[in-house]
Amino acid sequence: MKKHFGLVSQYAIGVLFGWGLIISGMSNPEKILGFLDLAGNWDPSLIFVILGAVLVGLGGFYIASKRTEAFLGGALHIPSRRDITKPLIIGSLIFGAGWGIAGFCPGPALVALGVGHLKALVFVVAMLVGMELCERFFSSHKKASDQV
Amino acid sequence: MQIDWLSFTPIPSLLGGMILGVAAALYVLLHGRILGISGIISGLLHPKLTDTAWRLALVLGLVSAPFMAALFFGIFPVVEIESDWIAIVIAGLLVGFGAQYGSGCTSGHGICGLSRLSPRSLVATLSFMGAGFLTVFVLRHLIGL
Repeated sequence: MKKHFGLVSQYAIGVLFGWGLIISGMSNPEKILGFLDLAGNWDPSLIFVILGAVLVGLGGFYIASKRTEAFLGGALHIPSRRDITKPLIIGSLIFGAGWGIAGFCPGPALVALGVGHLKALVFVVAMLVGMELCERFFSSHKKASDQV
Repeated sequence: MQIDWLSFTPIPSLLGGMILGVAAALYVLLHGRILGISGIISGLLHPKLTDTAWRLALVLGLVSAPFMAALFFGIFPVVEIESDWIAIVIAGLLVGFGAQYGSGCTSGHGICGLSRLSPRSLVATLSFMGAGFLTVFVLRHLIGL
């Protein structure tokens, strides 16, 4: 019973997160590119998305930091690493380059897939291939627990 | 710099952002995990018996979010994809590889990481934002695509 509730909760949080992306405009790649285009006709909306998310998130993660167990049971899996490493920076730079090419990051791509865009499907497949290539050839530096 | 006032949506973006924050907070409090979409997806590549179902449930939630938004609120998401097929493939490869190599993406580092004041996530977020700004500048203003 608890396990099933857990799955329903996972699904519901996925829907909620998707709604957040849709309402904030982040599920639209052209809006993301409008934010990233500082030298063009700049759309600052994404700053407000981050502001809203972090304002609420700060409270949630503060409560979580006082706990050792999740409300649905099980330990809290929160990464504890604090070291700034080359893979962290290089990986994020590569991620940002891809984000700047099409305006898609993983969450919004899944939402766009749900809208029925074939290009979103191709993006998601390519993204999975990219992840797998990294896992196969460049994963010796890290543990799965560092992934966020 | 010139502000695009016609596209600027401070209120919906703030509200949508707060919903993202609520989802991330609920996720860590109920499930004890960081709501990082790239990490949740990549865990499906080498599935383990115990953690495939919940990952799929979350992904299914994201994919069905537009349908549920239409059903409950009559909202139809705007998704404009101007990139051509080659750009989409290259972008997907880079986003997937980079998120895996850099241990996270816009949700894991950007939303959750900043919310828990993680120095690693701050560096990651500044890195991918900087790379995003630079990429769009090069593509739109130097090459003129």
